[in-house]
Amino acid sequence: MISSSLHQLSLRLSQKFSLFSPLLSSHQASVTMSCYKGKYADELIANAAYIGTPGKGILAADESTGTIGKRFESINVENVESNRRALRELLFTTPGALQHLSGVILFEETLYQKTAAGKPFVDVMKEGGVLPGIKVDKGTVELAGTNGETTTQGLDGLAQRCQQYYKAGARFAKWRAVLKIGPNEPSQLAINENANGLARYAIICQENGLVPIVEPEILVDGSHDIDRCADVTERVLAACYKALNDHHVLLEGTLLKPNMVTPGSDAKKVAPEVIAEYTVRALQRTMPPAVPAVVFLSGGQSEEEASVNLNAMNKLKAKKPWTLTFSFGRALQQSTLKAWAGKEENVGKAQAAFLTRCKANSEATLGTYKGSSSLSEGASESLHVKDYKY
Amino acid sequence: MACSSVVKLNAASSSWTAGQKSVVNQRPGSASRFPARRVSVVRAGSYTDELIKTAKSIASPGRGILAIDESNATCGKRLDSIGLDNTETNRQAYRQLLLTTPGLGEYISGAILFEETLYQSTTDGKKFVDCLSDQNIVPGIKVDKGLVPLPGSNNESWCQGLDGLASRSAEYYKQGARFAKWRTVVSIPCGPSALAVKEAAWGLARYAAISQDNGLVPIVEPEILLDGDHPIERTLEVAERVWSEVFYYLAENNVVFEGILLKPSMVTPGAEHKEKASPDTVANYTLTMLRRRVPPAVPGIMFLSGGQSEAEATLNLNAMNQTPNPWHVSFSYARALQNTVLKTWQGRPENIDAAQQSLLIRAKANSLAQLGKYSAQGESDEAKKGMFVKGYTY
Repeated sequence: MISSSLHQLSLRLSQKFSLFSPLLSSHQASVTMSCYKGKYADELIANAAYIGTPGKGILAADESTGTIGKRFESINVENVESNRRALRELLFTTPGALQHLSGVILFEETLYQKTAAGKPFVDVMKEGGVLPGIKVDKGTVELAGTNGETTTQGLDGLAQRCQQYYKAGARFAKWRAVLKIGPNEPSQLAINENANGLARYAIICQENGLVPIVEPEILVDGSHDIDRCADVTERVLAACYKALNDHHVLLEGTLLKPNMVTPGSDAKKVAPEVIAEYTVRALQRTMPPAVPAVVFLSGGQSEEEASVNLNAMNKLKAKKPWTLTFSFGRALQQSTLKAWAGKEENVGKAQAAFLTRCKANSEATLGTYKGSSSLSEGASESLHVKDYKY
Repeated sequence: MACSSVVKLNAASSSWTAGQKSVVNQRPGSASRFPARRVSVVRAGSYTDELIKTAKSIASPGRGILAIDESNATCGKRLDSIGLDNTETNRQAYRQLLLTTPGLGEYISGAILFEETLYQSTTDGKKFVDCLSDQNIVPGIKVDKGLVPLPGSNNESWCQGLDGLASRSAEYYKQGARFAKWRTVVSIPCGPSALAVKEAAWGLARYAAISQDNGLVPIVEPEILLDGDHPIERTLEVAERVWSEVFYYLAENNVVFEGILLKPSMVTPGAEHKEKASPDTVANYTLTMLRRRVPPAVPGIMFLSGGQSEAEATLNLNAMNQTPNPWHVSFSYARALQNTVLKTWQGRPENIDAAQQSLLIRAKANSLAQLGKYSAQGESDEAKKGMFVKGYTY
């Protein structure tokens, strides 16, 4: 359970940032309802608002065993449980880091792990004012009749798994849907199928006390320009919110994890201010103010790029009735991984690198990030991997 | 759907780098436009910049819309209530009284007209559209052709008017109109059926796309009728469903959200429900609905009054503006602005000044309500009279 002071804080924040408390009426059982109003409604709203606290964001540390293996390979570390545990301990116990975070997304294995001294990771987080989250999808599979488009699996038994995760301390969940831009993509089938999957996942989470992060990632792969990305992003988000509404999801108790609107990875780069303008406009056209925050994915941008782009969005003078913050994986951990290289004696150095990125992104959510004068090794390295399989 | 616009985007776009101009998505036959400051490239048409400016102007602080687009038949009912015949002269005299009210432009940003009125002039020969523009009031035009029974539904209606809408809109633009209005209805006692909701939403989306293509800012009005004995929670549920569908179809029709306005009904209990709701409750439910359904790109939400009394409509609007909203929240009132005016005029020339004053009183009250600064002290009894008519046909 979240501590009572955290709860107080999150209630105050939900009042401040959703200037308006939505209705949770006690009207007796109508057969249909406008959206989820069950026992977790207040908590979902408070937790979603808390995650969107300005100055804080999410560390996405939910790499599956396979994916973390690839990271370890790049620094010559063996992919065994103790190493996976050690890396996560390094991150979660970095002095001063947790204050810049409102949530951490975990892979199932990590939810049940402890520090070397025996303290459960979820306790470390709770004490640091950080909500534990859990990846609940089971990866993507191809859609027949399409050009390699996918849908995401994981709905079977999801309710029971969410209940277990809630018991173990998780308070939000994440499900990644993937779309790509191509001559005929994304197809209407891929959009509808992924939007529907996200909506089913979202309502199941809410019924079981977890704030669903809705993640429709449109891959950056391709040579398309930023206009095309904007057009696709707007279409996809419109379909997602239609599906969420049809499935009676309580929007005040959700978060959105979209891609930023950028040119394709093979196209000419543009200035951060342009990315900011296009991204904010896409959200203005699709995201209802009831959703408290956007937690951007970094999708292959370098650590520095991701921070600078997020900063530009927060500096932009425009209508933004939601918080704009981060949910970064690679863009928070790259330099840390390189500095650590799996060696105990490097932990201090690695934690310093991690703290630097946490601070940078925290400032970016406030629009006060000045850019890194001396970037640590790896901070400006592009993290794009073509056709990235998570 | 995606095919032609995808081809256009790929063909027309050059890569954008900061400071360079980008080619706006060109439609065949439209004039080439290279805006100095690129406002909206994605889905832009030839009127996009102007639409955005017009919508912003209508959604200006402290102002709202005066709806005087009653069809001839409906206007006839109004005139009849004060003992006047339904002639063109009387309709012209009444609209002239309203539109030449000095100082109206301080509180009114737009006026919706019926087709006849768009082409009329004052007795001195000044075009009505010019009277309006002089006061910085944008002229608008009702473009729908009324409600007819929807076959296969549960006694519900649908709104006609798409045939020839493009050329009519172009004509209206030539005459000086800069926004349009289309009113469809949804009935809670009749369901509403999924068919009726879908038709209402799709019709609005088609109308909106055609309007924008011809230079008119579309006001999107799916009125959820007050008729019924349902509680406010049911209204919320239906309103959320209707608006979800409306926005989805607007997006599918490539409508530019920065260039539209909404005209929703407030979320209230049905007229025959045993309990009335306070302004704070109405505000609470209505804002919840708006926050859940209206993207911030939409510049203005101009509420219809739908049978509320003049005072009620003002109080409810005021309650909605007590904290900042991400869109301009204002009014587009017909009966709630005109009721006292009609009764004061009684068709007599000697009453014109007094009638115009009473219009200003209502307009100012609603202007204050838009700013969240209205107080009900001193409201007349007439203003408090309810105007709900069961089964009201417009």
